[in-house]
Amino acid sequence: MLQLKNLIKTAFKSIFKNRMRSLLTSLGIIIGVSAVIVMVAIGEGSQSRIEEGIQSLGTNLIVVFPGTSSSGGVSRGAGSFNRFTFADVEKISQEAMLVKGVSPIVRTGGQVIGGGNNWNTGIYGVSEDYFEIRNWELEYGEFFTERDVKTSNKVALLGKTVANQLFPDQDPVGQKVRIRNVPFLVIGILKAKGQSGMGTDQDDLILAPSTTVYYRLRGWRHVDMINASASSPDRIADAKKEIRAILRESHRINPGEEDDFTVSDQADISEAASETSRILTMLLGSIAGVSLLVGGIGIMNIMLVSVTERTREIGIRLSVGARGKDVLIQFLTEAVILSLSGGIIGILLSLGISFGLNKFTELYTVINPDIIMVSAIFSAAVGIFFGYYPARKASALNPIDALRYE
Amino acid sequence: MDPVIETRNLTKTYQVGDVAVHALRGVNLTVKKGEFLAIMGASGSGKSTLMNLIGCLDLPSSGDYFLDGRHVNSMNKNEYADIRNQKIGFVFQVFNLLPRTNALENVELPLLYDRNGRIKDPLKAAMDALKRVGLADRMDHEPSQLSGGQQQRVAIARALVNSPSIILADEPTGNLDTRTSIDIMALFQELNKQGITVVLVTHEHDIARYANRFVEMRDGLILRDVILKNRRNAAKDLVEFKREDIA
Repeated sequence: MLQLKNLIKTAFKSIFKNRMRSLLTSLGIIIGVSAVIVMVAIGEGSQSRIEEGIQSLGTNLIVVFPGTSSSGGVSRGAGSFNRFTFADVEKISQEAMLVKGVSPIVRTGGQVIGGGNNWNTGIYGVSEDYFEIRNWELEYGEFFTERDVKTSNKVALLGKTVANQLFPDQDPVGQKVRIRNVPFLVIGILKAKGQSGMGTDQDDLILAPSTTVYYRLRGWRHVDMINASASSPDRIADAKKEIRAILRESHRINPGEEDDFTVSDQADISEAASETSRILTMLLGSIAGVSLLVGGIGIMNIMLVSVTERTREIGIRLSVGARGKDVLIQFLTEAVILSLSGGIIGILLSLGISFGLNKFTELYTVINPDIIMVSAIFSAAVGIFFGYYPARKASALNPIDALRYE
Repeated sequence: MDPVIETRNLTKTYQVGDVAVHALRGVNLTVKKGEFLAIMGASGSGKSTLMNLIGCLDLPSSGDYFLDGRHVNSMNKNEYADIRNQKIGFVFQVFNLLPRTNALENVELPLLYDRNGRIKDPLKAAMDALKRVGLADRMDHEPSQLSGGQQQRVAIARALVNSPSIILADEPTGNLDTRTSIDIMALFQELNKQGITVVLVTHEHDIARYANRFVEMRDGLILRDVILKNRRNAAKDLVEFKREDIA
């Protein structure tokens, strides 16, 4: 067997003798590897965006939606049965042992006037627990308190977007805003959360005490949704059970009858969302994988041409004492060096592309170190797999035939 | 003296389509150490086939072949490769140098496959071989930068580098002009004087006369096998040639 040093030297020599061809051969692998890495990075980026978005909803979050109802077998669709009341919320808050905080959500929307500007946004009536449940933090000012909720105080917290729209160059705290002609005192500005995983602006909202929204702004009397938080992450499942039992009792649902509400937690929500992006990642990755495969076939093609073209060289090597195995290993080494260096260039290229995407486009990419390892190993494997057949062919040549080849 | 090459009833039959071509029909040949043998014959006489069998590039159909006392045709492919590497130096009509590879690296080539590590310093051995053929100043030249005669010298240096038992030259002057041919023959004679056994295949009588033994083949058999009495001296001929040039 040739010494490793000589083997690699010989391989590099023959690669550099055909610079253009070697580059074109590697190009298939370069494109394949960088496509796989970038595609997977985009997929993982969007997955992590979604997960971050869901995380920003709040830790240990439990969301109770009004469920479907049916009358006489006719389903009225999700959310058609709005039956939560403040009493439900009160009951959960008093009876549920594993629930740390609970808040009703009374939702409305409309034109808001303030600071000489107006803006249409969503108004959420919530309790003082809501801030912790949904991880809202203050940029400055203060949160409203239990007392504000009890007395239906007309105070409001502005989301960052609303604050920027209404008061672009003045301090909103202490100012009045008129929500559908009802004056509210701005007591704080919420810290920006940015876009949600679904692409909506989470900061385009106003938070106000639930009772104020309920009695002052709403024409119909019910609670749209309930948000709660479990006392710890491992108690989420039990907390959900508790809430369900309490609501069944307060809604007087007989055993055997279906719930008229749905209790979900973050895991349920994030699972559905990240499942979608996982499928997206797989899809993108496998399309890119095909191009890597095509790159491998390119290597095989060139190596086969190379064996034919270099038949005489093989003959010379055999005539001065190379064994079949020496020739096999020489060609295999060339194929592996071609594909591995293509892989390494592809990895570097993909790092550059993903940096560029993060910097200059809306796309967000996350490069997983695993995928780099896998690509490097895979590109070497492509070289061995697709290089073996041509190398085998070269090594099986009869010296006298190879020497006489024209 | 011990025979370097000994063949007994060596035959080689090629199958070309349905026709069996008998290239060798039972050749008995013994070459002793230090001989300079020229094999001549018309094309199709079997001289090249014999050369390929002696050089372990091909296997005989039947018969026995001993090289340095070892029964070669019972060996496997790898042992065959090792024999080519260690016992035989080839010189071809078309030089067969690696293109775009300099003279030194071409000469080093057999040493890459030297499994026994007989040669401790491959670089020095290659440089010495090039010095022996008078190309010390052309080591970094690629074949395309060398004349035909120089290329053949590089090929001879490559044949020498492993210190083989024999040098086999298959029409080494076939692609060279007369003067360069004599020049190359002078080199072979010089190497032969140093004790290297040379077997030369040629179809030129003038070239064959530089050998000290002459074998003529026809139809796969040895027709004539004689010791040459009035052997020519290539070095002297070269001097004559130069004198003619001046005149």
